[in-house]
Amino acid sequence: MDLTTTYLGLNLKSPLVVSASPLSEDLNNIRKMEDAGASAVVLYSLFEEQIIGEQKELDFHTTAGTHSFAEALTYFPEPGEYRAGPEKYLEHIRKAKEAVKIPIIASLNGSKPGSWTKFAKDFQQAGADAIELNIYNIPTDSNQSGEEIENSYVDILKEVKAAVTIPVAVKLSPYFTNMVNMAKKLDDAGANSLVLFNRFYQPDVDLEELVIRPQVQLSHSPNSKLPMRWIAILKGRIKADLAATSGIHTGYDAIKMLMIGANVTMFCSALLQNGIYYLTDIEKEIVEWMNEHEYKSVKQMIGSMSQKNIPDPSAFERAQYMKAIVKYKF
Amino acid sequence: MKDKVYVTIDGNEAAAYVAYRVNEVIAIYPITPSSNMGEWADEWASKGIKNIWGSIPTVCEMQSEGGAAGAVHGSLQAGALTTTFTASQGLLLKIPNMFKIAGELTSTVFNISARTLATHALSIFGDHSDVMAARTTGFAFLAADSVQQVMDFEIIAQASTLESRLPFVHFFDGFRTSHEEMKIELLSEDVMRQMMNAELIEAHRNRALSPDHPVLRGTAQNPDVFFQNRETMNKFYTDCPDIVQKHMDKFAQLTGRQYQLFEYHGAPDADKVIILMASGCEPAHETIDYLLKQGEKVGVLKIRLYRPFDMKRFIAAIPKSVKKIAVLDRTKEPGATGEPVYLDVINAYYEAVSNGWSGITEIPKIVGGRYGLSSKEFTPSMIISVFDNLKLDKPKHNFTVGINDDVYHSSLDYDTELSIESDKVVRAMFYGLGSDGTVGANKNSIKIIGENTDNYAQGYYVYDSKKAGALTVSHLRFGPDKIRSTYLINKANFIACHQTVFLEKYDMLKNIGEGGTFLINSPWSVEEVWNNIPKTTQERIIKKKVKLFTIDAQKVAEASGMGRRLNTVMQVCFFAISGVLPREEAIKAIKDSIVKSYSRKGDEIVNMNLQAVDNSLENLFEVPVPNTVSATFDLSLPVPADSPEFVRNVIGEIIAGRGDELPVSAFPQDGTWPTATAQYERRNIAFEIPVWDEEICIQCGKCFMVCPHATIRAKVYDPALLGNAPGTFKSVEARDKEYAGMKYTLQVAPEDCTGCGVCIEVCPVKNKSNTSLKAINLVPQIPLRESEAKNWEFFLSLPEVDRSNIKLSNIRQQQLQRPLFEFSGACSGCGETPYIKLLTQLFGDHTVIANATGCSSIYGANLPTTPYTKNAEGRGPAWSNSLFEDNAEFGLGYRLAIDKQKDIARQLVNELKSQIGNELAEEILNSPQKDESDIFNQRKRVEKLVEIVSKIGSPESKRLLSVKDYLVKKTVWIVGGDGWAYDIGYGGLDHVIASGKNVNILVLDTEVYSNTGGQASKASPLSAVAKFAMKGKPTNKKDLGMMAMAYGNVYVASVAMGAKDEHTLKAFLEAEAYDGPSIIIAYSHCIAHGIDMTAPLKQQKLAVDSGQWLLYRYNPVLAAQGGNPMSLDSKAPKLPVADYLNTENRFKMLKVSHPEIAKEYFKQTQTFVEDRYKFYDYLANRRFNPEVQEEETK
Repeated sequence: MDLTTTYLGLNLKSPLVVSASPLSEDLNNIRKMEDAGASAVVLYSLFEEQIIGEQKELDFHTTAGTHSFAEALTYFPEPGEYRAGPEKYLEHIRKAKEAVKIPIIASLNGSKPGSWTKFAKDFQQAGADAIELNIYNIPTDSNQSGEEIENSYVDILKEVKAAVTIPVAVKLSPYFTNMVNMAKKLDDAGANSLVLFNRFYQPDVDLEELVIRPQVQLSHSPNSKLPMRWIAILKGRIKADLAATSGIHTGYDAIKMLMIGANVTMFCSALLQNGIYYLTDIEKEIVEWMNEHEYKSVKQMIGSMSQKNIPDPSAFERAQYMKAIVKYKF
Repeated sequence: MKDKVYVTIDGNEAAAYVAYRVNEVIAIYPITPSSNMGEWADEWASKGIKNIWGSIPTVCEMQSEGGAAGAVHGSLQAGALTTTFTASQGLLLKIPNMFKIAGELTSTVFNISARTLATHALSIFGDHSDVMAARTTGFAFLAADSVQQVMDFEIIAQASTLESRLPFVHFFDGFRTSHEEMKIELLSEDVMRQMMNAELIEAHRNRALSPDHPVLRGTAQNPDVFFQNRETMNKFYTDCPDIVQKHMDKFAQLTGRQYQLFEYHGAPDADKVIILMASGCEPAHETIDYLLKQGEKVGVLKIRLYRPFDMKRFIAAIPKSVKKIAVLDRTKEPGATGEPVYLDVINAYYEAVSNGWSGITEIPKIVGGRYGLSSKEFTPSMIISVFDNLKLDKPKHNFTVGINDDVYHSSLDYDTELSIESDKVVRAMFYGLGSDGTVGANKNSIKIIGENTDNYAQGYYVYDSKKAGALTVSHLRFGPDKIRSTYLINKANFIACHQTVFLEKYDMLKNIGEGGTFLINSPWSVEEVWNNIPKTTQERIIKKKVKLFTIDAQKVAEASGMGRRLNTVMQVCFFAISGVLPREEAIKAIKDSIVKSYSRKGDEIVNMNLQAVDNSLENLFEVPVPNTVSATFDLSLPVPADSPEFVRNVIGEIIAGRGDELPVSAFPQDGTWPTATAQYERRNIAFEIPVWDEEICIQCGKCFMVCPHATIRAKVYDPALLGNAPGTFKSVEARDKEYAGMKYTLQVAPEDCTGCGVCIEVCPVKNKSNTSLKAINLVPQIPLRESEAKNWEFFLSLPEVDRSNIKLSNIRQQQLQRPLFEFSGACSGCGETPYIKLLTQLFGDHTVIANATGCSSIYGANLPTTPYTKNAEGRGPAWSNSLFEDNAEFGLGYRLAIDKQKDIARQLVNELKSQIGNELAEEILNSPQKDESDIFNQRKRVEKLVEIVSKIGSPESKRLLSVKDYLVKKTVWIVGGDGWAYDIGYGGLDHVIASGKNVNILVLDTEVYSNTGGQASKASPLSAVAKFAMKGKPTNKKDLGMMAMAYGNVYVASVAMGAKDEHTLKAFLEAEAYDGPSIIIAYSHCIAHGIDMTAPLKQQKLAVDSGQWLLYRYNPVLAAQGGNPMSLDSKAPKLPVADYLNTENRFKMLKVSHPEIAKEYFKQTQTFVEDRYKFYDYLANRRFNPEVQEEETK
């Protein structure tokens, strides 16, 4: 049974990749992931806000109240070397690389072009095999057009691509007016893969404290239908690889994603819920299904049911209620 | 010489730079203005910087300067090259060891940034009273004039001490030299190596105590031999001057800079000479050059080696032609026949003439005078006045210069307008706020100029005595020649006003020179600027033909992401219009400097500063100056015109920046100062102030409980009183049922509020229609200033609530008590002051406070104003500060005196019982005075007593009248910070709590030396980064409470108002009620923690919730009743301690500077807090005194 696949130019032993999550903050977990059969690990994200926020915070607190009062011209010593910015993260990449043989994909998360993109170069130097660029912002400026937002995504990608020679994947949200056009723009700008789709913290109201608290909701299998549609549509229309993420909880979910065109399938919620070693169950399910259905290799499966490779391409274009109406007419 | 390296540094760094490189052990303790030397040493050691022999010196913080001296003594005895740094009271504490070190002929150099000793008042500034107090120790004393000399003399002193075996005090003037930044030539390590003789170092080591060649020192000697033995070392003192001169000569060969023990500058045939030492020599040198050009025959003799005083070299250095000499001492020795240097000079001449060794036959006319106490200005004009005095037939002796002595008429008149500075010197002054980064920018500017041009550069900074909204004035000079002007600028080419509010407060252009430039940061357009400038300033602009520029720096800074930090913006403007450097070159230099300074902190910081540079120039405009004054307003009065006379004439003048002009007669002779004066200074420093939403307020009292400056208060009162209320005065029905039918008002003092926002943080109410609003909300101050000031005035006129009916355990009622501590100079958002305010609310009218030196003594009593105030009856806290180290003992002294006088009074009441009347006498003697109404009634009884006793007229009755006040309860509160309680004053504190006496101790625990700028104390928690603990404090916080509890009869409480205010209140009430020693350890958040000071209470809550800070009370009264005295009042940790540590920069910094250490320390902290909680929990829940309990159950 050949489970190998290629993703971002990397030869992976299977299509089972662990996506960015707090699990990868712990080196032992990364070892467990390898042990459980993960073919690559996307590390937890280094956030633009975190890098900039920490720099500003450190600067603010080391200068607050200084040079005001003759006896206390400063309140903190000046260390010779700050490891402000990505130092801790870079160290983590280095250690992860030492700890496991599988590829390590570093994740950089931000919303607008800026100095943070140059950390991609540091990632490469620290040994990352590839970079996953996670771009998302919540536009609230009523004067900003969709096009401007889309262009800023492309600009970020270009900045990162200019800084590194290792492959770069772009993780996206589904909220684009024309997903295919957006994918094409990123493809043209050099994206080596698109990762579809991101899940976000959503705000919730705390009725006791009357404050808004961010909530993380883990995905479920039905969530996989959204990426399924778009991967199927994009497969063959762009050069970039495609990675499926969101709602992949079983081996069958993974197989479906491979068949509609994903080069790899990514897991997060499933592992948070069931533990890292749940990956072995998934792999087992895939192998069993392939045996049962006489598939020899994963590569054989990939894209076999993409929009271009199915008899009725419109299946991916219609919305549900249309089907119902059509049925009724007949 | 091309290979010379120039640096722009201050005197402290210059001293530490060399001292660090030629020593092996350094014992330190913070004290202004010397703290920075220790900080440098600690920083370099932490960074692994090595001394000239390749070893990293061991730097050890001690618990006091006395401790540091002991450690130095020991280290020297054990053979290491050892040094220390200190000043003022710190030097006094070292004196006992200094006698020993000198008596044992031990080589060391003590580096002293000379500072005023506390007498009638404390002063952090510079004079020679400290070094003069140490001059009898047997140390050699070497005085440096300037930053360059500090660096040079440090190595000369180090070399000389090794050879002469005399220990050295190397001193320079506190602040004037220690904090003056100057471009100097850096001493190379190669020169240091050549100066430090290896054989002498070996000899030093061979004298060390070692069991391999044992000897004994420190014997006790008897009358038969001590005297002779003491005379054995004379040779070392006679040899020392030659040795020092030899090393000065060697140094000259190595560097080209030649020094003499006594250095004369002036006419070779001078008839008038002045003699002085340290920084005053520089303007004297400058003035002599000026006077020589005028044809005067004058000179200055600069004393370098003051002890041992080499009389022959001294006499030889002064031209024989001299007829008159003025000796200037920077100290005052009341009761002496003259100040120290004067007496030395007199004696030298007497010896020279009487013994005939000098060829002089007649002693010149010699007069002595005092100058420069507490960094008082010492200018060329004053120096000229000293020469003018010498011109008189009978020159004034025992004179003063620099002040107006209208009482004893000792002072010399001088011309305040005279400036002798060369036109080649660029002189710039910058008025900024501490928080806007002005000083930082100027420090950077002089480095840029120092490093990018051949110009010399000098920077000196004058700071405020307030910590919140502090004014800073920077004085910068640049010029092609060496700058000797060690005084403030009085004729500036450039003045910048970095904050618009200063325009109406200060006479900004008092010091502008003809044709100078004035730059204003203002929100106004070019057209609007002129009419917003006050009359006085407009007049000066027109008269002096001043060029006027403006920029909206706030706007530019905000647009660049810099918030309120205007530093880069204003710096760019300075370079753009001052012409110190070509504009393009200057901009490039600023940008290079930004990249260099901020890269460490990250690109984002670099980018926002670079952005600010680019944005500045396009927003800088020249303002056309009209020919006529058009202002309709002038500078504001410093205090209201109807303030009390002393406030108007003295305090107001100090506030206005005219304190230098006040004469001697203006001041009380013994340092006594009135309380209740802060109310007259309307600082108007808040951008935003809280405004009350009376509709939704639940009247809980929390906002005014936490207000650090007592600027938000509430009253309940009779509705009838609202008749004359201003139209915008708010009031609602009081919610408390016990005040039914009364009105309630929450009012802010708009001109005193600092705008910290802590009241908003604590407010528990949210507006139901808009949850971003609370029952108090911050709004811009300016539009409300006038109306709210009227409301505040009306509010103050309303009667206070009847204290005798207040339920003290109920915060909403207790907080109606008037604070007797208000509008202090503490930092915005201060965590200490709410505790002091609470103390004064509860007990202020019968409390005497002993206050340790530190933040609380500074915001409590730094002139001009005093925050402790009085109630309507004129009662309030009486307050004093003795020292840093003796506060507990000082407070105990209060107790002893009060108790003694109470005993005398009671005895006299007994004796006079028949005349007083039995009933009244018994009531007075037996009143328990446990609560407010008891105390109130006792006061009434004493009034009655006075009425009766006044008529008796016997000696006993008169004695009783002199002590009658002690029949009414007096409480002693001993207040101070953790530096005092845990470190320097711990021995005394321990003794005082062991005494069993009824004193209350309040430890304002910020877990760091806050006042001196954040050095670690034994209260600092594990992992906290502080100065002297750059790699994080490696040990756990000392458990002071546990140590106090060990006595069993001490009331102990650990509180955190921000975590549980009721608990804090309870602890204060119990401590006061306990008839014995009480100690409250109060968690005080602090700017030195690196936290958001607008929401600091959440830090206290996190500290308690994570177990980092415990809440408990240990009440011996309960033990006496057979119960468990220990009550643990905080719950088991419910958060990982990292959740707290990660919110404070003092801990987080370690994660970015030393991640591995941080990881380990955070882990250890978690274990520590868990174990400690278990232990306290055990103490609180164990069966205490089981026998008694069992007995009771039966």
